[in-house]
Amino acid sequence: MSRLEFMQGNAACAEGALAAGCRFFGGYPITPSTEIAETMARRLPKVGGVFISMEDELASIAAVIGAAWTGTRAMTATSGPGFSLMMENIGYAAMTETPCVIVNIQRGGPSTGQPTRAAQGDMLQCRFGSHGDYSTIALTPNSVQEMFDLTVKAFNLADRFRVPTFLMSDEAVGHMRERVTIPDSVDIVPPAPLLEDSLPYEAGEDGIPGFAPFGSGRSVHVTGLTHDERGYPDTTDPEAHDRLVRRLVAKVESARHDIADYEVINPDAERVFVTYGPPSRTVAQVMRDHPDESVGHLRYRVVWPFDESALQEFPDAKVFLMPELNMGQMAREVQRHVDQPVVPISKIGGELHTPAELLQALEAHR
Amino acid sequence: MIAPDWLREDRLPHIYCTGCGNGSVINCTLAAVEEMGWKRDETAFISGIGCSSRAPGYILTDSLHTTHGRALAFATGVKMAKPDVNVVVFTGDGDLAAIGGNHFIHACRRNVDMTVICMNNQIYGMTGGQGSPTTPTGAFSTTTPYGASEPAFDLAELAVAAGANYVARWTSYHVKELTKAITTGMQTPGLAFIEVRTQCPTNFGRHNKLRSIPDMIEYLRGNAMLRAKYDRLVEEGADIPEGTFTVGELVRRRRPAMGVKQ
Repeated sequence: MSRLEFMQGNAACAEGALAAGCRFFGGYPITPSTEIAETMARRLPKVGGVFISMEDELASIAAVIGAAWTGTRAMTATSGPGFSLMMENIGYAAMTETPCVIVNIQRGGPSTGQPTRAAQGDMLQCRFGSHGDYSTIALTPNSVQEMFDLTVKAFNLADRFRVPTFLMSDEAVGHMRERVTIPDSVDIVPPAPLLEDSLPYEAGEDGIPGFAPFGSGRSVHVTGLTHDERGYPDTTDPEAHDRLVRRLVAKVESARHDIADYEVINPDAERVFVTYGPPSRTVAQVMRDHPDESVGHLRYRVVWPFDESALQEFPDAKVFLMPELNMGQMAREVQRHVDQPVVPISKIGGELHTPAELLQALEAHR
Repeated sequence: MIAPDWLREDRLPHIYCTGCGNGSVINCTLAAVEEMGWKRDETAFISGIGCSSRAPGYILTDSLHTTHGRALAFATGVKMAKPDVNVVVFTGDGDLAAIGGNHFIHACRRNVDMTVICMNNQIYGMTGGQGSPTTPTGAFSTTTPYGASEPAFDLAELAVAAGANYVARWTSYHVKELTKAITTGMQTPGLAFIEVRTQCPTNFGRHNKLRSIPDMIEYLRGNAMLRAKYDRLVEEGADIPEGTFTVGELVRRRRPAMGVKQ
């Protein structure tokens, strides 16, 4: 038996985390993400978990990574300025292959920007924000239901791929209130354990080493330095670095079709909206109010790793229209993979696209 | 002598310079661990960045060598999520007092049950001898070529003020006293902070007429003064020699602590 609730997006995210078995939250208050911390502070102690308000976001993500190494599902939530502060340790999580979930309820930036307004300005930061080469996974919910569902999914992906995984939401969805179905239980996929005869950073064909959390008797040395399969620093051998970093990237990128999660509407369309997050809601309204077979919609629920094959679902596409709450961040990625023109419909300032604005764009490309 | 089965022998030789004080501190820490009867599988060593922070890489337990300054925040996550693990943090003066200063005071305030050992060599050693927040006023380094103009941080006093349940300071010369202090710290619920003044002949001594290893150790021994004696001299109004620092136990108390093993 599932239960039906009327809930805020941020609260649904917290409920999804709890359902997924998250038992550690380290955070720092920041608008518009704070309700996630508040919900976790209220709920975690009742399920035997730990909530801790850290001194800043550098410490929040550090504590989350520490908790993750005890085998505990751990999460933090923040927004732009805090997300920027987390970048160094996000790279550490990628380098040390620490499974953890980072929620970013995006607001207008740069800098302090617009604390109470929606934006999608951190889509490249979540992929490239820390120094060096690495890869991550990012999910983009467009409803309160998906704040629950994709948070659960984020934990499973983080564990499966041993990679920091982002729920890239925004103020609009975070503060939206909608009906949510909360299931009694959710599927939980734990990380593959470190095999008896494997080294701590020795990976099989999928590029993902088994996980031996602290206390499991394997004396694992975890370091952000370039390391060998034993986990020991090896900072000067070009081959050691090449082998490690290429594996960190490949384990995620080579699985992109498998990780992919997207929705296709009207695959025969010539004019195709490509969206993620809240602009997809405006596109849905336009398509509902103005039915037109020549208009299609591709909505990504997983943005990183970017699955370019989804674009091939529209073989007749003549143009891709991309409403984003930024100045065309993902449009650049899409344009890399298609010959057709990709038209950014960028909107910043904190308000969502209106149906009229999207209709106007459709008209312009008839 | 500590049990050799706590060392990752396949990681030797270590990176420390000849005459470095960090080996003595690691030795005293492992002696304390042995006295505590801790098991390898129930103990985690955690560190940040710097010479001190390479220590966990030589110890055969679960170990987390983290980012610069953040060791205590990582350690807080480990200990709060799994209080059964004995947590020891190795850090240095740059790691703890400069880039990690905020985490230091908040870890002391929270009094998370862990042992924090700061190898204070009064210099950024790993990067080649730049002035740190504990470089004494007037001391020379590659970034204080005319002598340090800033006052130095007193880390032990800072830990006392911030709320740590156990605070002591010794030097790498005082190995017996240091081992006892670390053991007492491990026995005290809450955060135990042990500052160890260590010698860095390579990057501190070289610039400060303490080039030889015995000179550096003598510098530490000669400037260390027991707290009782220091307090007596102050009371008598006697002159305190320049460069003097106090050693001994600064505080042992029972403020509420977090993450204590049940």
